[in-house]
Amino acid sequence: MDLLIAVTLFALAVFLGVELITKVPPTLHTPLMSGSNAISGITIVGALVAAGADHSTFTAVLGFAAVTLAMINVVGGFLVTHRMLGMFGPKRRRGDSAEDRAASSAEGAGDR
Amino acid sequence: MDDWTTLGYLASAVLFILGLKRLSRPRTAVRGNQFGATGMLIAIVVTLTDNAILGFEWIIAGLVLGTAVGAVLAVRVQMTAMPELVALFNGFGGGASVLVAAASYIEAADLATDTPRLSAAAGLAALIGAVTFTGSLIAFGKLQETLKWSGFKGMQVVSVAGVAAAVVFGVLMVADAGNPLWIWLMVAVAAVLGMLVVSPIGGADMPVVIALLNSLSGMAAVAAGFVLDNSLLIIAGSLVGASGLILTQIMCVAMNRSLLAVMFSPAPSGAGGPSADDVYAGKVRSTSPDDVAMLLEAAERVAIVPGYGLAVAQAQHAVRDLARRLEDRGTQVVFGIHPVAGRMPGHMNVLLAEAEIGYEQLIEMDDINPTFEQTDVTIVLGANDVVNPIARTDPDSPIAGMPILDVDKSGVVVVIKRSLSPGFAGIPNPLFAADNSMMLFGDGREAVVSVTKALQQI
Repeated sequence: MDLLIAVTLFALAVFLGVELITKVPPTLHTPLMSGSNAISGITIVGALVAAGADHSTFTAVLGFAAVTLAMINVVGGFLVTHRMLGMFGPKRRRGDSAEDRAASSAEGAGDR
Repeated sequence: MDDWTTLGYLASAVLFILGLKRLSRPRTAVRGNQFGATGMLIAIVVTLTDNAILGFEWIIAGLVLGTAVGAVLAVRVQMTAMPELVALFNGFGGGASVLVAAASYIEAADLATDTPRLSAAAGLAALIGAVTFTGSLIAFGKLQETLKWSGFKGMQVVSVAGVAAAVVFGVLMVADAGNPLWIWLMVAVAAVLGMLVVSPIGGADMPVVIALLNSLSGMAAVAAGFVLDNSLLIIAGSLVGASGLILTQIMCVAMNRSLLAVMFSPAPSGAGGPSADDVYAGKVRSTSPDDVAMLLEAAERVAIVPGYGLAVAQAQHAVRDLARRLEDRGTQVVFGIHPVAGRMPGHMNVLLAEAEIGYEQLIEMDDINPTFEQTDVTIVLGANDVVNPIARTDPDSPIAGMPILDVDKSGVVVVIKRSLSPGFAGIPNPLFAADNSMMLFGDGREAVVSVTKALQQI
């Protein structure tokens, strides 16, 4: 890839990122951060190539360590974001039945 | 890299973009995260089918190990510890980029396929990635409060020397590309720099650091993308880098501090200004749970302003119960959330959401401030500097100009707090001595539970 094309991609993607993120409300900043954090694990792509290139044992070990770290980032990041977003679901507000109330407070106690 | 691989990467880049877009609304956020994960899966599968991959044993071992560790961490973490976990993940992402850059650089040196561009990009990836790695580990230790170290005298001189050394090693990596020693020296000096930059920062400044490290982990991926000539790494890394930068800026504005001030003149001191005795002497009124319950019983609109102290006291569920009790009586209950109420951007919202408080009830600072005058009772729980009216009135105060929640404008303010001790800024808070304020001293959770009980008996 031509260097200038790579730089163009970089600049456009930064602008796009700014546009996308400026609209995120503060309520969602933490899930946004852990979700985008998982996306930064995209280094996994380079790690896979390094681990599988069969160049030398040393570079393969470096690749293996990179795959491990990136995969922790990717799997952990997406999973924990999913877990958090589950808590942001629309809540049953006033008028919810006594059963719902009891069930939800029991869950709450368990979580702690 | 063949055309199919390139097209697959395009598909995952598009999914990342759509995913981030959907993360901006609570209703679509779960789907957005799934889009992101799908994009990642496509990227991994496409790479595994690429011709450049010859052996799979190291890959499978890494994938299995990483998946297991990541899943355990994600499932086990407490919501209060979310900042630590995100810091750790940021660090791992940065560390992976360092290793990728090192492997590519060494391979290119061995095969004599190195170019100045590859070497320079590898230098940048090693620098940014290693700073992110050690910086994140320090942030992790600080957030866990297992690490108290905040540096030593003359540290800034060492930092400047470190930056100079990094530039020298970067130049040597390009000029003498056949020698793998340079990249390891670069990694070593960057690792030290990461520790030096993050270690003096603490307490209320942590949200800025986490956001900045988030951005750096994306930038490290971008640099690795330039090493590997890989468009997907460049695009995805830039998106994350931009996102982290915006959050960094939002956090700085919320504290009225510049990024440079956070990094290089940490911990504003409470020196000067009125002493705690002058502010509080004879003016602080203490109250009881029963009296607070009477006030709440008569109130039509109640605002609750939580700070990190709420999380420390594990009072989220107790507060939820109090809010529900009040709502059952027909009282309107809202929560006023300051942007830096937690230890990372949006942290307080997550803590309250975990306690099943609906996000419609969580009101941002700019939206809730005009409504305090119509609020009968405001309960401040575990917050201090973010409700200190001195930020509006005293231009010499260390928090002068910081946007605050104007709780002092509500009818009555009940401050639940263990003592009159100052917050992170180290200054007394005239709110505690105001005519319309009263202090309910005690542990946050126990105090809220007592108020709820007293309310039941009315």
